[in-house]
Amino acid sequence: MDILRLATAGSVDDGKSTLIGRLLYDSKSIFEDQMEAVERTSRDRGEEYTNLALLTDGLRAEREQGITIDVAYRYFATPKRKFIIADTPGHIQYTRNMVTGASTADLAIILIDARKGLLEQSRRHAFLTTLLRVPHLVLAVNKMDLVDYDQGVFERIKEEFTAFAAKLSVGDLTFIPVSALHGDNVVDRSANMPWYDGPSLLHHLENLHIASDRNLIDVRFPVQYVIRPHKSTDPELHDYRGYAGQVAGGVLKPRDEVMHLPSGLTTRIKRIDTADGPVDEAYAPMSVTLLLEDDIDISRGDMICRPHNRPQVTQDIDAMVCWMSDERTLTPRGKLIIKHTTRTARTMVKDLHYRLDVNTLHRHEDADRLELNEIGRVTLRVTQPLFADDYRRNRSTGGFILIDEATNATVGAGMIMESR
Amino acid sequence: MQRSTADACDYRTSQLDVLEAESIHIIREVAAEFERPVLLFSGGKDSIVMVRLAEKAFWPGRIPFPVMHVDTGHNFPEVIEYRDRRVSEIGVRLVVASVQESIDKGRVVEETGRRASRNRLQTTTLLDAIEENRYDAAFGGARRDEEKARAKERVFSFRDDFGQWDPKSQRPELWSLYNTRIRQGEHIRVFPLSNWTELDIWDYLKREKLEIPSIYFAHSRTVFERDGMLLADSPYSNRGEDEPAFETMVRYRTVGDMSCTGAVESTAVTLDEVIGEIAATRVTERGQTRADDRTSEAAMEDRKREGYF
Repeated sequence: MDILRLATAGSVDDGKSTLIGRLLYDSKSIFEDQMEAVERTSRDRGEEYTNLALLTDGLRAEREQGITIDVAYRYFATPKRKFIIADTPGHIQYTRNMVTGASTADLAIILIDARKGLLEQSRRHAFLTTLLRVPHLVLAVNKMDLVDYDQGVFERIKEEFTAFAAKLSVGDLTFIPVSALHGDNVVDRSANMPWYDGPSLLHHLENLHIASDRNLIDVRFPVQYVIRPHKSTDPELHDYRGYAGQVAGGVLKPRDEVMHLPSGLTTRIKRIDTADGPVDEAYAPMSVTLLLEDDIDISRGDMICRPHNRPQVTQDIDAMVCWMSDERTLTPRGKLIIKHTTRTARTMVKDLHYRLDVNTLHRHEDADRLELNEIGRVTLRVTQPLFADDYRRNRSTGGFILIDEATNATVGAGMIMESR
Repeated sequence: MQRSTADACDYRTSQLDVLEAESIHIIREVAAEFERPVLLFSGGKDSIVMVRLAEKAFWPGRIPFPVMHVDTGHNFPEVIEYRDRRVSEIGVRLVVASVQESIDKGRVVEETGRRASRNRLQTTTLLDAIEENRYDAAFGGARRDEEKARAKERVFSFRDDFGQWDPKSQRPELWSLYNTRIRQGEHIRVFPLSNWTELDIWDYLKREKLEIPSIYFAHSRTVFERDGMLLADSPYSNRGEDEPAFETMVRYRTVGDMSCTGAVESTAVTLDEVIGEIAATRVTERGQTRADDRTSEAAMEDRKREGYF
């Protein structure tokens, strides 16, 4: 059994919470005490149906105001897969949450209200999904029951979205007509839409092939921690020097020739250790410990790669940045802390090239700042070289966060666009 | 990490391997970036898994931080016995923060009445211990599937100098990049098991052949019923005359204080039988066995804000 991480986008009105509630309920992931609480609240509020949306309401403030303020994580499993849902609110002010949820997602579900068709917000969600390089996208056209399960409505939305998606680089796109309220095409195929011959949403989620979404080509091993047991009683351990980390790309094998950055020195992998014994190969997302044949001075923040396949070693980073702070703005010459893989350094904004309107994709080249939830193209100057890849090629070595030096708040997230 | 047997040439990784790798990454990140981390160890199943992951993260070296138990004095003796044995096996230093001492020092006042428990008092003891020992990161075994307030918590959860959690101003957490920066007096609660579910924990205990306290298996115990839960008849549970005690076969699904942790009737004496029962259960673990969460709909949220685990 493997794990599929998915992010959902849409507002309360699109029936997003109901859809998640339906997935949890119909896959029997809801427990009786949770269901009883939801039924009780629905009854108290005088609602006609048991409001499955209540299953995902979290904090007191949210229940009181009927809103979602933050990313919530939900878990369910079927005999085929374990699922982790990053449930993010859909309002414009929550771009930051959607970006957060999408950053680790294998798949994103965008909900569209069949009666309303494609809205500005649907376009924004689709854009953010592609910006974060979520490999698979599902457009769930919801509330089909309210348009008499009309195929024409579904086809028109599909056509309109396909035309819009041509402007973005959407990887794999699937359209599914559903009614979250009644359960049509959520877990089982619906008898109300005989014209639809695709899979139900859950069937699609269970059977999607995701193993090849990882980068298995470019060897990238950011050194996270150096293990030196120093046990004088055990000669074997006395000289033990292991480089621990999580594989960020490629496949590493013992005897492979590797290069250390920043030194540029090459050596070979002597052994790949885990607490369960040495392994023959390591690939993402494994956490392992490398032992090398030669004694090279290696510390946290360094990178192990292949001599003929290296990341960019650069202090100038070109990136799309999503700004996440309402306390300060991003402005040229602004100073920040950057955390990229296991390396943390100081950085200065050299240039803000444009602000991107996430609804129209228009580039505002006269922009002099980025505010909360705004996205723009920047060049950063970093005090130390980073070992960076284009985000489109590797999300682990292409993504970074920006931290405010004074408040320590995480104020931005960046996706490296091919360094110069 | 054990390779999945399902389809080796496809580089697939099983869910337990993915979760283990992610947790090890988190634990190493803390060891690399904090000065004085500590791991909260109660002897419960989640903290047993956490300690195992910490062992793996630094193998063949030792765990480079101490473990701490917030001791309410109302523990199951079987769990304390397990705690001490496990700690000496690993060779890690155990720090015990005592709620009784907090009471004696006048930092907190014992609750009164039939449902009195030391659950809420633990928060003060925990925060005092963090401050006294100048811990800057504390690993907790909480999981997001446990409770709806926890579903919204970060893996690296920032606490101000009063130890408080502010759900509305949490740091965004992207990819596997964790912001570890804090000022003096502040600390981070780190939850390496955030993405694990209850069943994942049991499956992992089985896979790793980890020993767990005996109270997790069916045993005969004198219990009584309160609020639809079976509580152990102990000096800490203030059993009333209208709450008759009886003996039956039970096991525990979670481990907390004797005063507020409910038992479930069970005949499961092996790990496989326990896993079978849990896979088939239709009630959440906290709903079934924790009186502390039943106080109100937002009981956990309120305690978390104050600095609870």
